Amino acid sequence: MADEVEVAAEEGTEPEVETEQVETAYGVPVTETRGERVLHPTADELVATVAALKADGFATLLDVIGVDYLTHGGRGDLPATITPQRFEVVYLLRAHIKHEIIRVRVQAEANEPVVPTLFDIFPGAETPERETFDMYGINFDGHPDMCRILMPEDWDGHPLRKDYGIGRIPVQFKGAPTRR
Amino acid sequence: MTATEDLTNTTSTDGAPALEDLVFEGSERVFRRGDDSAVLRMSEAEVAQLAIDAPNVALETNTDERTIMNMGPSHPSTHGVLRLVLELEGEVVKRSKPVVGYLHTGMEKTAEDLTYLQGATNVTRMDYASPLFSELAFSLAVEKLLEIEIPARATWIRMMMCELNRMSSHLLFMATNGMDLGAVSMMIYGWREREEVLRFFEMVTGLRMNHNYIRPGGVAADLPDGWTDEVQRLLEMIPPRLEEYDILMTGQPIWRERLQGVGVLNSAEALALGATGPVLRSTGFAWDLRRDDPYLAYDEVDFDVVVGTYGDCFDRYAIRLNEIRESMRIVQQCLDQMPKGDYRVQDKKVTPPPRARIDESMEALIHHFKIFTEGFKVPEGEVYAAVESPRGELGVYIVSDGGPKPYRMHVRGPSFINLQTLPHLMYDGLLADGVAVISSVDPIMGEVDR
Repeated sequence: MADEVEVAAEEGTEPEVETEQVETAYGVPVTETRGERVLHPTADELVATVAALKADGFATLLDVIGVDYLTHGGRGDLPATITPQRFEVVYLLRAHIKHEIIRVRVQAEANEPVVPTLFDIFPGAETPERETFDMYGINFDGHPDMCRILMPEDWDGHPLRKDYGIGRIPVQFKGAPTRR
Repeated sequence: MTATEDLTNTTSTDGAPALEDLVFEGSERVFRRGDDSAVLRMSEAEVAQLAIDAPNVALETNTDERTIMNMGPSHPSTHGVLRLVLELEGEVVKRSKPVVGYLHTGMEKTAEDLTYLQGATNVTRMDYASPLFSELAFSLAVEKLLEIEIPARATWIRMMMCELNRMSSHLLFMATNGMDLGAVSMMIYGWREREEVLRFFEMVTGLRMNHNYIRPGGVAADLPDGWTDEVQRLLEMIPPRLEEYDILMTGQPIWRERLQGVGVLNSAEALALGATGPVLRSTGFAWDLRRDDPYLAYDEVDFDVVVGTYGDCFDRYAIRLNEIRESMRIVQQCLDQMPKGDYRVQDKKVTPPPRARIDESMEALIHHFKIFTEGFKVPEGEVYAAVESPRGELGVYIVSDGGPKPYRMHVRGPSFINLQTLPHLMYDGLLADGVAVISSVDPIMGEVDR
């Protein structure tokens, strides 16, 4: 396993490194969807994976996206070795020379979702990570300024979670009570 | 600081590169975490507390020469409701922090409650200066999920409308940039030209802004009669006006003094911060999705990618001015090569039947009704589609659970990410130059806050 990791990292090869069940690239399971590669590291492997990607030419982190899979029916697109969790953080990276875009999807558990920050590899992760924290309550361990960005600082709850209701304005005036 | 060390340790095992090696040369300053960083990492509560404790802090830490000042959210040069907390040393800006969220209306949450056909009406309100690009990115993402090919005419109509939109957006920038820097008459000129383009949009889509014209499956309507004359008129009218801009601004010593060498960024920093569009290209990094990752039919038209050299405010201004000219080249080619055919895909699954059929056929009526109430179902999966908007890479990420509404829709707003460069651009510059810097990044707050 370790040898395969090194081969992939050194030559920057395509994810042809076959193991018994799952394909791997950059040492983590990889899937392909509509012509794009998707990496599935665990939260512990994330920093090393992204560091390897950056060394391999993925020079820009485009975005950090949170997804809440609470009410999603099936999660058939995850590789067998990855346990689906409620939250998922999606990282988009672009390699300019190879003209490739790659997605990194990390699972984060429901109760205390924590993922390491990528600030030390891509300082551009700072505000999108803050947005993900604000919207989903996913914490980024080691982030220099983990606070809300879009919602007011004293806001309760994380609005993009699936169990957070879409807004309702409390009714100020009700109709007069009728006899029935 | 301990967190940094932990991260470094985890990566130095199993042959992965050490984090220090990944700091590209010349970009060290954007990686800083502490007080020497350009970003003021302080919450509102902390700033408020500082105001209360001010006399004590000045004595204890000997920072008595630094003042924290608030700029915005409704400052004429902040383009909407951008607020900046600035740390000043006299008239020099040290650290700063953009505070956003004043226009946050939960559009991504709203999108989860709208069908794919309604989705375009939602995203078009994000970047209100270039609404067609948001619609395009959204439609491309949905079409990628549906795996449908749209007809050639629809592709070319989209391309032409988007390039006209790029022109109107950059003309708006010319107006606001001039206004911010004291060339007040420029505001009238920029607005005047933009209005001409918007008039054409009104003729085609029915609306000046927020068109909901580009939809999954094609465009809402074919180009109206006489559109070629109108486009031709625009293409003849705008070039001499751009020459006027050159006389008014580009060659002016005052204009140059105000912009050259102000707000400098290099390529390594821009890449590390995720900046795209004119901000990235001004550093000399030639990256344009239209050329480097062609979507629509950009591989069939001829145009140049305009890049800068110094990465300063002047380069960003000059790039946008010349991108108007490049867009006109593309529009001219669209005019000459516009293919005949259908303006939307004839796929029963996503396209409502023609209006005339509804009067004759019960099935057509049911079909129409189903599409507009329940919406069409989109296969399960997740996709990302990106376009080059006037401000940079505008991407839409959609997760579908197989239903008629997106399970999750996220928009990568280029303004939102580009805003991160602001503290670094303003660091150690004059407060007055800060206005030039904000203007040259050209953030659209509707897209920042969504």
